[in-house]
Amino acid sequence: MNRRLLWPAVVLALLLLLNLLFTPGFLSIEVKDGHFYGSLIDILRFGAPLVLVSLGMTLVIATGGIDLSVGSVVAISGALACLAISEGTGVLAAVAVAVAVALVLGAFNGFLVAVVGIQPIVATLILMVAGRGLAQLITDGQIITVTDANFKVIGGGYLLMLPFGILLALVVLAATVFLTRRLALGLLIESVGGNAEASRLAGLRSRGILITVYAFAALCAGIAGVMVASNVSSADGNNAGLWIELDAILAVVIGGTLLTGGRFSLGGTVLGALVIQTLTTTIYSIGVPPETTLLFKALVVAAVCLLQSTAFRSKVFPQRERPVARPATTKDTTEVAR
Amino acid sequence: MTALTGAVVPRKYLPVLVTAGLFAAMFVAGGARYEGFFSTQVVLNVFIDNAFLLVVAVGMTFVILTGGIDLSVGSMVALATMVAAVLLNAGWPPVAVIVVVLLIGAGLGLGMGCMIHFFEIQPFIATLAGMFLARGLCYTIGTDSIPITDPTFTAAAQTQIGLGGGLWISPSVLIAVAVVGVAAYVLHQTRFGRTVYATGGNEQSARLMGLPVARTKLGVYTISGFCSALGGLLLAFYMLSGYGLHAVGLELDAIAAVVIGGTLLTGGSGFLIGTVLGVLILGLIQTVISFQGTLSSWWTKIFVGLLLGVFILLQRVITARKK
Repeated sequence: MNRRLLWPAVVLALLLLLNLLFTPGFLSIEVKDGHFYGSLIDILRFGAPLVLVSLGMTLVIATGGIDLSVGSVVAISGALACLAISEGTGVLAAVAVAVAVALVLGAFNGFLVAVVGIQPIVATLILMVAGRGLAQLITDGQIITVTDANFKVIGGGYLLMLPFGILLALVVLAATVFLTRRLALGLLIESVGGNAEASRLAGLRSRGILITVYAFAALCAGIAGVMVASNVSSADGNNAGLWIELDAILAVVIGGTLLTGGRFSLGGTVLGALVIQTLTTTIYSIGVPPETTLLFKALVVAAVCLLQSTAFRSKVFPQRERPVARPATTKDTTEVAR
Repeated sequence: MTALTGAVVPRKYLPVLVTAGLFAAMFVAGGARYEGFFSTQVVLNVFIDNAFLLVVAVGMTFVILTGGIDLSVGSMVALATMVAAVLLNAGWPPVAVIVVVLLIGAGLGLGMGCMIHFFEIQPFIATLAGMFLARGLCYTIGTDSIPITDPTFTAAAQTQIGLGGGLWISPSVLIAVAVVGVAAYVLHQTRFGRTVYATGGNEQSARLMGLPVARTKLGVYTISGFCSALGGLLLAFYMLSGYGLHAVGLELDAIAAVVIGGTLLTGGSGFLIGTVLGVLILGLIQTVISFQGTLSSWWTKIFVGLLLGVFILLQRVITARKK
């Protein structure tokens, strides 16, 4: 297995095992009413928005940037979709408007970063602060409730026996993997993240690539926003997508993509997002008081980040460096030799 | 115009001057528009309502000057109010409570500093973990708002220090001003302060110059933790309660105040007085919105976001000229 994916996979497996100890039937999946049911499906379904946002975040982080505004974009797009539907617009048109506005907001971020040359963390901070206000402006500070059955499908419905949200996340994942791994885009993103100036000198249009990734991140956030709003059949400008940017950044970091940019791992990000979602589910299912969710999150985050930090590993396990990079069979011999 | 101001005042003061000008303009515009706005007490009220934010933003200034960031301050403030409330209700003397709260803040800050410096975890992630940890500790202590009835704390909340002419401030303002004074001295007059700027300017160069970068980085996060805890105590004076949901999103306000004050988020450039002005502007926006009466609270966020955008563009123009 890819070494960068090892720790997040181990943590995910441990979390699932822990659940199995407390809830014996945790891993079982049943078919009820023609749909799949089970805790694993729930984790995937509730984790779908986070997976989406994290996918966009991965590409942004791969260019050496960061996007703090995704949470606000989630709120704005959910609010827009619900507002449009409550005023009688068709579901498809409403969703299209919401996602299109998200795309524009992302392009605005990208413009600030790529053309004006503002640090990403600052440029997206603007929309993070102002966007939350905009979302509340759209909903007029209220919670807009919608009762459209078609709209409900996006976040709460089923297709091919699976929750629609999971399929949507899978489609976006597949598209992202195709765009970045089968086409040259991924390589270009990594080279901009590795050294923006060198890539420009090598003839890459780094501006276009930067704007694209920020627009893509906002697009993913927009879809996630519609999904969140649809799942609860309402838009809450104040709380929708609150802190999801932090969870998404965490998912990316847990997945082994460095915040400094360069190489990225989409698989790692998905694992990271699932780790975070599973952690939340685990806390509920093993009966730890839900108030302590954040405490556990802090500990897991600290542990995973420390394990991934080369400085930490070389200080705490000095003699264990390097030999592990070989195939698993040689690992045993080195362990014995030690 | 910039050439003109550049000749009269050094360019490094330009962002602070712009911030000060904006504050004055907002105050005058507010005074022209609203009855009873144009008074010293309105400015003093901004101080009274935002004393805790001022203290927190001072700590944040240190961290941002080294090129780092501290996302944990809001949760730290909440944790401080929570710990203070619980310990006071358990019958601890107020002085002991204050000491314990400040020690917890400084200790957590130091811990994050260690993670950042020794284990080379990005400040963003390390302080994010700190943010979750502090907020999680709050909820673990209790999910309800805990009232504070201790006489010392209520006295601190209700005392009005007269300044003559019917003007008054709260003790919290004195504490906040003292913190600003001490911080300005440390930052601009001591060796530690110079090292903070040098680290933010270029960490590697600072290290090669033989400056104690490690100590400085640990120091700034400890200061930020300490300031957050102190800010938490001031909030406890103000609110007279400890609650895990206090100060949600405060880290954004603090960062915004520092940026509006003209400090570069890349580190190495900025002044403490700018942060003070930044906090005052944030406070004045809220005052204007409450005077207006018809604007809803979310306009605060939109205005703050717009202002952030304007100031960041301004900084960008200034730094681009420098090259």
